[in-house]
Amino acid sequence: MARGLSREDRQGLTLIGLPFGYALIMLAAPLLMVITFSFWTQNYLDIDRTLTLNNYREVFSQPIYQALLWRSLRISLIVTIVTVTLAFPVAYYLSFHVKRRKALWLFLITVPFWTSYLLRVFLWKVILGYNGVLNSALLEVGLIDEPLTFILYNANAVVLTLAHAWAPFAILPIFVALEKIDRSLLEAAEDLGDGPFRRFWRVTFPLAIPGVVAATLIVLIPTVGDFITPKLVGGTDGLMVANMIQIQFGKANNAPLGAALAVTSMVVVAAISIGIYVAGRKIGGRVSR
Amino acid sequence: MKRGLSPRWLTFYVVSYMIFLYAPVILLPMFAFNDATIIAFPLSGFTTKWFGLLWTTDALHKAVGNSAMVAVVTAVVSTLLGACAARAAARYRFPAQKAVIGFIMLPLVLPEIIVAVALIVMLMQLGLSLSLWTVVAGHVLICTPFSIAILNSAFAGLDQSLEEASFDLGESRWGTFRRVTLPLVMPGVISSLLICFTISLDEFIIAFFLTGTDATLPVYIWSQLRFPSKLPSVMALGTILLVVSVGLLVLAEWFRRRAARRQGKGATSTEGFV
Repeated sequence: MARGLSREDRQGLTLIGLPFGYALIMLAAPLLMVITFSFWTQNYLDIDRTLTLNNYREVFSQPIYQALLWRSLRISLIVTIVTVTLAFPVAYYLSFHVKRRKALWLFLITVPFWTSYLLRVFLWKVILGYNGVLNSALLEVGLIDEPLTFILYNANAVVLTLAHAWAPFAILPIFVALEKIDRSLLEAAEDLGDGPFRRFWRVTFPLAIPGVVAATLIVLIPTVGDFITPKLVGGTDGLMVANMIQIQFGKANNAPLGAALAVTSMVVVAAISIGIYVAGRKIGGRVSR
Repeated sequence: MKRGLSPRWLTFYVVSYMIFLYAPVILLPMFAFNDATIIAFPLSGFTTKWFGLLWTTDALHKAVGNSAMVAVVTAVVSTLLGACAARAAARYRFPAQKAVIGFIMLPLVLPEIIVAVALIVMLMQLGLSLSLWTVVAGHVLICTPFSIAILNSAFAGLDQSLEEASFDLGESRWGTFRRVTLPLVMPGVISSLLICFTISLDEFIIAFFLTGTDATLPVYIWSQLRFPSKLPSVMALGTILLVVSVGLLVLAEWFRRRAARRQGKGATSTEGFV
């Protein structure tokens, strides 16, 4: 092992050994344990360590788990599309129209993100509620006659709240990608007779794809695992798979089933993420003809 | 350069978006100073009694103490691990470098509930009981990638010839580190400490799974959200937390820019926020 490694190499390895070792012990080992755990079963207070597929059978046969998984994926995908679509023009504005004080703008975008996450979600409940800020404002103005009820305790509220929570994570990667675009390419497109619209779709957007893909993944992956937002603003038809995982580890006291749910959702999300990444590599990153 | 989208519409859109972003943040102090137990409009009158109430809540003081302890230890350990990784990435080449660094950065994209579940399963198997230290273990895992992201630019911008000069002038390795390397990356280190502290202070999901009997601040807030009568003082607490977090961030950003300036670069606008 040591042969072929220079002194430099060994110094590097020693240095990286500490954080890497920590990640191995605290992340790799626990993740492997979760996978093993998902093949065990809960036997009242004990864990039965015979390997079995029972938990997975339950995950894939019980309609409730199926429904929760599909709903989580659907909500997360909608959240991601909404968040990234709403964020793109903001990133575009920052990159192309803000000339000075870009750092200040970026800072202003990240400030709301540093309010306690719990309280931000809770405040959306205050805004969207029956007697909430939005309803009282709309009633006051006379736009509606009675409070809107479709805005809280359902999937819409979850989408809105998460789109808010993940906004900076969507804006920043797209902004970084837009900043990297060589402005002379845009001038070239213009000189060759492209109008602003064509130029955007043929030059700016394809070159921004890596940022859009990064934003998509950064938003999609964690939202599948969120359980606070569904619990606070989602009502019963907004509950997601993470809530079920939490219940299995808590009240239901069936940690192996919870582990199987966690592993299943992780595998599904990983597969989707890889798909998005590969698709992004294929279509983006260069000027289209 | 001609503009792609109609700038007026775009400006209007961006302004609306910013209002959307700030809507909950603006409500927070409004209800914190509102003289009513119900969190709803119209506002009743100005009061500071909810802040006063915070002074007399013992459970809160304990949670603040717990969170401060967890956040300080997390910040120090994460920054230490982050510095090792950033230094190794900037200065050395070793086998499977990208994969190793990528793996350490993994918690950045992993759903927090997965990290929490993984850690709790391991602790259950090892028969370890939950405490504030288990929360620290989880928080270090998710903060280290942030620390690496911040320190990467500090270490990458470090001019290696300065260290070589120090060696040539007879300084030991430790002396060089202490008198040359450390001062140059110090602002980055402070920035990393502050960011990790802030992340740990606000982190809920991992803390919720891994705390034993001692609640951290977000876990305490979560327990209070169930009681409508407690909400105004929670709003007051949230307002204080917001001011503290933003203060720490401004400080972190200031240090990060100083780091960039010291190394003779203009402060780039994006790094450090991510």
